[in-house]
Amino acid sequence: MKLNEEEQDILAGKQGPVPKKALEHQIKVGDFFGAVDFVPVTQAHIMADTESLGEAGVQWLEGLAAEKAGRRRVRIPTITDPRGTDFAKAAFLRHTKAMLTLEERAIAAFVRLGVLMTNTCINYQTVQPATRNEHVAYGDTGVVIYSNSVCGARSNFEGGPSALSAGITGRTPRYGFHLPQQRLATLHVRVEDTPATLNEWGALGGVIGRIAGNYWAVPVIEGIEGAPGSDALKHFGAAMASFGSIALFHLVGLTPEASRLADVAPDVKSLPSQRVSRADFTALQQSYHSTDEVDVVVFSAPQLSLLELRDIAALCDGRNFKKPLIAITSPQIKPDSDHMGFTQTIEDAGGQVLSGMCFYQSYAREMADAHGWKRLATNSAKLVNILGGYGYQPMLGSMEACVEAAATGRLV
Amino acid sequence: MSANKTFTARHAMGKAVRGEALVAKDGFSARYDLDRINGVFSRPAHKLVGQSYVGKILVLDTAKGGVATAWMLLEMQSRGIVPLAIVLNSVNPIIAQGAALGDVPLLAGFDVDITQAVAHGSTVEIDPARKMLAVRS
Repeated sequence: MKLNEEEQDILAGKQGPVPKKALEHQIKVGDFFGAVDFVPVTQAHIMADTESLGEAGVQWLEGLAAEKAGRRRVRIPTITDPRGTDFAKAAFLRHTKAMLTLEERAIAAFVRLGVLMTNTCINYQTVQPATRNEHVAYGDTGVVIYSNSVCGARSNFEGGPSALSAGITGRTPRYGFHLPQQRLATLHVRVEDTPATLNEWGALGGVIGRIAGNYWAVPVIEGIEGAPGSDALKHFGAAMASFGSIALFHLVGLTPEASRLADVAPDVKSLPSQRVSRADFTALQQSYHSTDEVDVVVFSAPQLSLLELRDIAALCDGRNFKKPLIAITSPQIKPDSDHMGFTQTIEDAGGQVLSGMCFYQSYAREMADAHGWKRLATNSAKLVNILGGYGYQPMLGSMEACVEAAATGRLV
Repeated sequence: MSANKTFTARHAMGKAVRGEALVAKDGFSARYDLDRINGVFSRPAHKLVGQSYVGKILVLDTAKGGVATAWMLLEMQSRGIVPLAIVLNSVNPIIAQGAALGDVPLLAGFDVDITQAVAHGSTVEIDPARKMLAVRS
C-alpha cells in the first residue's frame, strides 16, 4: 500500500506502539484486498462482545490499553456494539461470574483506549447516523448495511480488531465499498409483494441475501410500494447481511444512490435478474417452523427502537406470560422506555426488558443450557439465521404471534 | 477432482501449511456455523455438521454472516481449536481481518470452483507467499 508521510511515521513507531500495531494490522488486510492507499474515516464502531473476544481477545485489548496515557487513545469518535451482558439482569440471564469479570475487563480496556461505550447496534437510530459519502469504519453487519444503503455512507464490514485499529489511526484501507465502482448493482431484484410486518421485511431481506450470496454482491431492488420506515429497513438490511453477507443494497426511488435505476445499474439488462414474491419470503419463514411449542420468546437482533418497544408494550398490556419474553434495546432507548411506561407494562406481564446487549452476542449457548431453552420464537429473521448454530430451534413469527406465544406457549 | 494439481488464488495471507482438506460447497462463519468449544461444525443445515475442523484445511465456498469471526479466530487459535488454514472461493473483509489477527493462513479467489477441484479428505499444501494451493493426494 502507498503510505503518506504520517502513515510512514506511524509504521516506524514514532507515534508509539499502539498506532503502529493498529496500522500493521490494517496493512495486512489492505494488502490482502489490493488496497492502493488509506482513506480517512470520521467514526468507528466496534463489535467486541466477550463471547467473541474470549480470554485471548481481552488480553489483546489489555495489551493495547497498557500503553501509557497520551499514546493509546482513539483519535476519532469510536463507539461500541452490544456487550455480552446486561449487568442489571445478569442474574436473570444466569450469566456466570467468569462471564461478568471478562466483560468488566474488556470494558476497562476500552475506556482506557478512549472508546465510547454506547453498546448499541442501532447507532444509526440512536447515536449519530453517518451521512452520504461519509467514510466510516463500522462493525456489526446490520449497522454497515443500513449506513451504506439507507444513509449512503461508505464502509466495509470492519470486525472488532479492524474497527478499533481505524479508531486508533483515523483511517482504513481503501477497498470494497469505499470505492465508487464497488457500489454499482450486480443483481436486479423485482419484488412483487411489499412486506407488511417486521418479520416479513426480515424474511424478504433473508431471501434476497441468499440469492445475492456473497459480500461483493449489490442488489438493486424495484417494486417496493410506499416508503418503508427505519425499523422495516433495519430488519430488512440486518437479515440480508446475515443470510448473504451483503453490505449494500439499493431501493430504486428510495435509497440515496438510486433515485433512478440507471444511477446504479447503467446497463441493467446485463445483470442477473430475479423476481421475489410473498410466497418466497413466506416459505423462508415457514422453513423454520419446526414445532408449535415454545420455550422462550426473544425480541432482539437488532436492538429494539422506542417504537418497537411501544408496540410490544401495547401487546403485553394486561397479559400474564407462561413463557419468558425478552425484549432487548439500546442503553440510549432504555431510559425512554422506562420513562414512558413501556418497560413496566412488559415486565408486569412477565417479560424482561434488557439493554446494552444482544441475545446472540450474550452467551446464547450457555443461556440455553442454563435455562433449558431450545424452541425460541422471534420476529427477527437475523436471529433465526444465527441461532441454529447455538443449538436452538428458532422460529420466525410476527410480533403479535410471538407475544401470544409467550402467553400460551405455542407459536401459531 | 484433481490430484497433484496446483491452483492460484487472487488473495492470500499467512504461512505455508500442509494438511487434510475438509471440503464442502457451503459457507463459513465462526459464530453461525461452529461449536467452538468442541471444535465441530454445529449449524444443522451446514454440509459439514458434526465434523471436526481442528487442524484441517477448510475448503469452502464463501465467508458468511457476522463480524465475530474477526475476533474468534484469535480466540480459537489461543486454545488450539482452530482450522489449520481456510480456503474459499469468495471472501468478505471479516474473514481476512480475523485471519490477520489470529494468524490463520487464508487463500481466496480462484479461476475454478475450488470446492469442486479439491476432493474431501485429500492432502493439500497451501503456500500463501506464492498464492498457491497444491493437491498432493
